[in-house]
Amino acid sequence: NVGILIRLRADSHCHIKNEDDQWQIKEHFLTPLGSVVKRLPEHIQVDDPDVLKKLAKKLERQQIPRRLDYGYKVSLFSHLLQYSRKAPLTQQLSIPSAVIHPAIVRLGLQYSQGIVAGSNARSIALLHAFKQVISDYTTPSNEELSRDLVNKLKPYISFLNQCRPLSASMGNAIKYIKKEISNIPSQFKEDDAKKKLLNCIECFIEEKIVLAAKAIAKSSIEKINDGDVILVYGCSSLVNHILCEAFEKGRKFRVIVVDSRPRLEGREALRRLVQKGISCTYVLISAVSYILPEVSKVFLGAHALLANGYVMSRVGTSQIALVAKAFNVPVLVCCETYKFCERVQTDSFVSNELDDPDDLIVTRKGETQLKDWQQVPRLGLLNLVYDVTPPDFVDLVITDLGMIPCTSVPVVLRVKNVDLL
Amino acid sequence: HKITSSCKHEATLSSTNQKAACSRSPGTMPGPYRETDLTEKVEAFLSDLKRGGSGTGPLRGSAETARETTALLRRITAQVRWSSAGDLMEVIRKEGRRMSAAQPSETTVGNMIRRVLKIIREEYARSRGSSEEADQQESLHKLLTSGGLSEENFRQYFTALKANVIEAINELLTELEGTTDNIAMQALEHIHSNEVIMTIGRSRTVEAFLKDAARKRKFHVIVAECAPFCQGHEMATSLSKDGIETTVITDAAIFAVMSRVNKVIIGTQTVLANGGLRAVNGTHTLALAAKHHSTPLIVCAPMFKLSPQFPNEEDTFHKFVSPHEVLPFTEGEILSKVNVHCPVFDYVPPELITLFISNIGGHAPSYIYRLMSELYHPEDHEL
Repeated sequence: NVGILIRLRADSHCHIKNEDDQWQIKEHFLTPLGSVVKRLPEHIQVDDPDVLKKLAKKLERQQIPRRLDYGYKVSLFSHLLQYSRKAPLTQQLSIPSAVIHPAIVRLGLQYSQGIVAGSNARSIALLHAFKQVISDYTTPSNEELSRDLVNKLKPYISFLNQCRPLSASMGNAIKYIKKEISNIPSQFKEDDAKKKLLNCIECFIEEKIVLAAKAIAKSSIEKINDGDVILVYGCSSLVNHILCEAFEKGRKFRVIVVDSRPRLEGREALRRLVQKGISCTYVLISAVSYILPEVSKVFLGAHALLANGYVMSRVGTSQIALVAKAFNVPVLVCCETYKFCERVQTDSFVSNELDDPDDLIVTRKGETQLKDWQQVPRLGLLNLVYDVTPPDFVDLVITDLGMIPCTSVPVVLRVKNVDLL
Repeated sequence: HKITSSCKHEATLSSTNQKAACSRSPGTMPGPYRETDLTEKVEAFLSDLKRGGSGTGPLRGSAETARETTALLRRITAQVRWSSAGDLMEVIRKEGRRMSAAQPSETTVGNMIRRVLKIIREEYARSRGSSEEADQQESLHKLLTSGGLSEENFRQYFTALKANVIEAINELLTELEGTTDNIAMQALEHIHSNEVIMTIGRSRTVEAFLKDAARKRKFHVIVAECAPFCQGHEMATSLSKDGIETTVITDAAIFAVMSRVNKVIIGTQTVLANGGLRAVNGTHTLALAAKHHSTPLIVCAPMFKLSPQFPNEEDTFHKFVSPHEVLPFTEGEILSKVNVHCPVFDYVPPELITLFISNIGGHAPSYIYRLMSELYHPEDHEL
């Protein structure tokens, strides 16, 4: 990229001059396995005013409005953003926007309102939107497609980040696209280049998501026996796919769907399974100690698998794994390899997402207890989205590369990185 | 209000003694009419128990139930004709069985009945002049030589017995009124400043406990809302109005947040004979999460919640309410194809509990069996 100067020093610290012409020290690991530059994402540094100022300047330069925090934030989470669903970013944009492609605007709105949710769904929607962007793209004169297109995508990514922080799977997908774009040889004509890129995206979706799901389903069916009682939590597209496939192959089992407020995603999973004809039971997460003695296996989906073996998933997953461990019920996590992430995390505080706190408000028998929670001075509502499950609660991870223990995730990451290089 | 209105309802329904009830004058109470009035009161209490048992009615605190049961037993002692302690115990046992059957999950009713029975035994023994120690010690030798059955048949008549029993029941009532305050007084011994305390659902005992500590110390409380009834919301608004920094979290976030919690303080519906708990659903998960992080779990439970039940009586342990709370009727056609469960209680084993705080002080779960033997007589465990 134009404008970045890298100066390597003997003590392996790297001074990088970024777009604002400021020198910043970033840790640059020069290892024989390649170099990895790690940068802390801005959406978990909200309590640092310098970071906020830099972000505001960057967004102004890219002409993207900034989304503001909403409501009283619990002090333990003051480093995270908390948005209200009633104030989507698109209200501050002029439609049609000159800067942002309309497909991206629509996608951003779908993310922030929760219409598109779930890491697979979000990644696929993102890739389809990018396909639209690429087919509508024309290279300006004096510019090379491989460099200009990447620059064009940057404000879109900032916009989507403002609508809802990017998930690990989306991050990996974006990295892949950027790499493909930069690898376009300069002698390609524009039409050929665009066709190649669209093809790459199609391949990615086909290989990493669709075929991976098929492979995982095939391995998982060996783990499902007749007469099993399987517990699932929330709505994971992969786990639903596995159960439907197993039912079609003729396995006899029944499913217990555990759900939690305020998202109540389990109802969607319940509908899909009941439609297939699988016999289901439905409980809330507070009743999981009651229902677990009947259960023979627990199948969980994942949002991302971290490099230290922790599983990042919907909040409540770690609790289910904990109680299952106490009752000696095996816990199996199903995850495609494109969700593997190089981050490490030990608790659910440092890197998480805060959803709209108003979702916790409920009206029972005509009374809404928390209606005026903003007026009450010392009351806070916490609506976490993710949590991390320690690897000792998980017995097996089923991926498209096979069945691995939780601790082998960095091995898979290294193998993937070697492939990509 | 409820009792008086249902009283009138019962009065109009009872076919016999209808005229007599209407023509009763408040000053003089002739014999058979006293019993009608008593029966009415008992019926009113029973129907109230039955109605208040589902999660939908206004939730009565267990303290209220305990007080009302004891007041009713005092009335029975005063008004029913009995000649010896044995007769009185039979009457109380009979009424007690009916009351327990009306709402099996409300164990305070049975506990109070057993306390009163124990009071009667003690007063009888005192009237007879025999030392209490000798009677109460259940030594192995005595068990073998007596052949299993107690030699006492409580047939002797003592004039002062009635007055003594009623006085003892009055003492019991005074004790019941002071339980919440006694527990709240111990708050400052257990909460230090800048702590993060977690609790679940709504317990009046824990509320009083935390509010008492908040008068002198500053700390932060995290309340798990406890779906589907979401009583945690009420608890949070009440605590925050008293100046305590409160956060409401969903049940799913209990484990995620537990690593920052210093203490877990909960209330319970019943304390079982092995030191375990029958508490609101979600408490077992909370206890497991606390154990995983080595966070102490403190249970604030007054003595009248201690019950001689054991947890392995499967069919009487769990109580279920309408599944409509979990999956509402608006979900449509999938309702007919899905089983939905909505249990109200959870079992928490004694290994997960660190401390019990009751109106007589703090105890470890391993001491509960001893307290039970002091409160109830072994022959009263089965009413």
